[in-house]
Amino acid sequence: MTSHEYDAIVVGGGHNGLTHAAYLAKAGLRTLVLEKNGGVGGAAITEELLPGFQFTTFSYALSLLRPEIIHELNLVDHGFLPLMMPSSFHPTGDGDYLLFGDDHQQNVQEVRRHSRRDADAYERYHRDLDRVCQAIRPLFDNPPPNIFGNDPEDAVDVKWLLDHLGGLDQKTVHDLVRLLTGSAADWLDDYFEHEAVKGYHASSSIIGSKVGPMSPGSGLVLLFHKMGEHDGHLGSWAFHKGGNGGFTQVLARAAQAYGAEIRLGAQVTDLITEGGKAVGVALEDGTEFRAPVVVSALDPRRTFLELCDPRELPLDLVDNIRRMKFRGVSAKVNFALDSLPVFPALPDTVDHYGGFLNIGPTMEYVERAFDAAKYGWYSERPFIDGAIQSVIDPDMAPPGKHVMSCFVQYAPYELRGSSWDAERETFGDRAQAVLESHFPGFGDLVLHREVVTPVDIETRTGLTEGNIFAGEFLAPQMYFFRPAPGWSQYATPLDGYYQCGSGTHPGGCVIGSPGRMASQRVLRDLGR
Amino acid sequence: MRTTPFHSRLSELNDQGLYTHWQGTLSPLRYTHAPKHEYFAVRNSVGVFDTSPLYKYLVTGPDAERLLAGALVRDVRQCRPGQAQYTIWCDDLGYVMHDGVVFRHSADEFLLTAARPALSWFEELGAGLRVQLEDVTEDYGMLAVQGPRSRTVLSALAPEAETLAFFDHAPVKVADTPVTLSRTGYTGDLGYELTVPEDRAVEVLDAVLEAGRDHGIRPFGEEALMTLRIEAGLALIDVEWHDARLVMSDADKVTPKELGFGWMLRGVRDGSRRFVGSEAIRRELEDGTSRWATTGIVVDWADWDRLYREHDLFPPKSEHPLPYESMILDDDRAEVGYCTSFVYSPVVQRHIGIARVRPDLAAAGTDLRLELAVNHHNTAVRIQTTKMPFFDPPRKKE
Repeated sequence: MTSHEYDAIVVGGGHNGLTHAAYLAKAGLRTLVLEKNGGVGGAAITEELLPGFQFTTFSYALSLLRPEIIHELNLVDHGFLPLMMPSSFHPTGDGDYLLFGDDHQQNVQEVRRHSRRDADAYERYHRDLDRVCQAIRPLFDNPPPNIFGNDPEDAVDVKWLLDHLGGLDQKTVHDLVRLLTGSAADWLDDYFEHEAVKGYHASSSIIGSKVGPMSPGSGLVLLFHKMGEHDGHLGSWAFHKGGNGGFTQVLARAAQAYGAEIRLGAQVTDLITEGGKAVGVALEDGTEFRAPVVVSALDPRRTFLELCDPRELPLDLVDNIRRMKFRGVSAKVNFALDSLPVFPALPDTVDHYGGFLNIGPTMEYVERAFDAAKYGWYSERPFIDGAIQSVIDPDMAPPGKHVMSCFVQYAPYELRGSSWDAERETFGDRAQAVLESHFPGFGDLVLHREVVTPVDIETRTGLTEGNIFAGEFLAPQMYFFRPAPGWSQYATPLDGYYQCGSGTHPGGCVIGSPGRMASQRVLRDLGR
Repeated sequence: MRTTPFHSRLSELNDQGLYTHWQGTLSPLRYTHAPKHEYFAVRNSVGVFDTSPLYKYLVTGPDAERLLAGALVRDVRQCRPGQAQYTIWCDDLGYVMHDGVVFRHSADEFLLTAARPALSWFEELGAGLRVQLEDVTEDYGMLAVQGPRSRTVLSALAPEAETLAFFDHAPVKVADTPVTLSRTGYTGDLGYELTVPEDRAVEVLDAVLEAGRDHGIRPFGEEALMTLRIEAGLALIDVEWHDARLVMSDADKVTPKELGFGWMLRGVRDGSRRFVGSEAIRRELEDGTSRWATTGIVVDWADWDRLYREHDLFPPKSEHPLPYESMILDDDRAEVGYCTSFVYSPVVQRHIGIARVRPDLAAAGTDLRLELAVNHHNTAVRIQTTKMPFFDPPRKKE
């Protein structure tokens, strides 16, 4: 057994772990990242499954990454290159489509082509949503105040929050509450009449969550996905050069440039404590590393119930973490394609493949896709968020060939009366059949297909129940309560033990904030 | 309205119908709804730009070199056949008139591109010399093929592209057409230009587009070009400067040194090289009388965000956020210069600009401020001077 001395150990080399480590190293801490897999990235990796074809196995695009991280960690110097995804394509199921792009007035006309009434509603919708995003941005980008604390500092934080909310106008506050508590369907019904226009906007209300657009709570998911502002455009998306694996490589280089050390193939099994204080970690093979600060970038289940001994933790925390909902419902079906698929109404152009392909023609379609998940089964006709990434970045596939990433819902982690090993390919067939119905001849183009089930997500990335957000986006699991009441400020009941994963505020997506804000907490506690 | 030799095909690829008039010729602002997509084609794959409206002058004869050596600011005698030079020319008082690229085809044959008409200027300078000047502007189309994949795409058509060095050119055949292939461009990236006989322009373009099809090739317009050339730190006439002969105010005149072209001035200070304006430039260099220095500026991102968020506005990161020439201020808010070009750079992830400041403030890393209006109120954002180009990938010259 060997022993090593570091100032801080980060468990998990996903994007938050790397971000966190980079900040700690930048502040001068001797920082060690321990990653169980053979490469960094966690759920943000790119893999060459077929020679020349780069697959974004799990996470596949960039939007919510906080701009300050790009600057504070000098990511541009390490190769940060987000390629804009300029369009968004939504087949309406009747052979027609909605195609949105960079030109707002053209987008309004595109809506108007389907519904004259929805044209100005579209403008009003975006303005109202933008106001809400603007209003909650300070909450999003700062640690939640501890409303349960008695510290004078907590009182200052709470006052800051109340002052901020008090400064908002009545309509924005009301819209915010409607989104946080209500369904996306109710919210969208207030603006739009056209089913496809609603379907298009409803898609971001269900990503990664066991809700349909008609479920209360889907408004929150919709709002969360609008908080990105890549290159100054709210809600816009980009594809990082080389996929999200390309992005986490950039983060790893930045962390290493600041002096962080990264060890791969290092599965941490235990937090080592002495007298209620974290003092290090032990690996599967018995190797121990010592540091006065240990930070878990894993999800709350693993952070509190697996790495450490729950008997060392307060019972209410253990209860809350046990009760926390993960319930992954998302799968990936990734394709290598011989050439571009053809959408019959747009036979001669590629521009509709410049961004997401949103396959969920109407709100009802998406809601019906959800139905099966309630009863432990996967969708007969699933919702698909696709992207032919080689159109945006030709380096993702050999010349003329393509890779297509498809995020597919619903695929509940637990199947009633069967297993994902048994259902994997049937599920893949269903996703492919949906694509075939919109892009006739799609199946003939498939050179390779990879089906990634929620169980695969859990097995490979460690995300409990394959939940892509490391804990569902449900109001009782957000903000003050993420991951549990009283522990939303990145510390834990064990001195020197911290959390910095997507299970902490503000939450999942390739966003970096948990890693960044946790580093501020650690450094503050160290008096740095 | 005049169109270029590539127009018939390129207009088919333009679904926007947005054009500007470049020297009296239709020039697309963009081809699609997303100029940034066109921009990324150049930074990440390959794009084509129709640069045909440039004026083109054929300069031939035993005294061709003598004429150009006495007219152009860079020493054209150093330019061997098969090479090209980016250059400028000045009036007799040493103020910049135009810029262009001179391609040397042989000892006594040059093709000079020019941003503005300049035939009479060169003709008058050539009086009495054994030199012929011919305006061949309409005889050729010029197609810029730019981006990291440009070499791969063009090598499939003309193997010479594989080995062509930065600012070299070679006669090649594309689509059975004699074409001048040059390793030149205005994007600061790996790139080439094809000078093509106008009657074969569409055939050559089609061959390029076909060769690029599997590489994501797309045409790009002036909006994308503007971001690209600012990132490359490349000056633009009537933006960074105006033709010294045509301006009404001395404040609108600028010398090569002031414009950041000091690197072109070898042999001027010691008097070993003479050209129109060189004596005035020599005195400027000797006496240190330059009024300005050109520098890059980078905006402090946190200050930019703060200024907008204070007013509940989203910090814009758009292509042209400053609608007018903005002053550069020192800490006491005194004017010490002005910004001539400004843009949000996606590859640098910062707002960047080309600026002119008092020479004593030009050292890289100087903290200054840039005036701008936020929420209908005049304010200033923190900036820092920096070296240009802002983006300079090794592939550009490799």
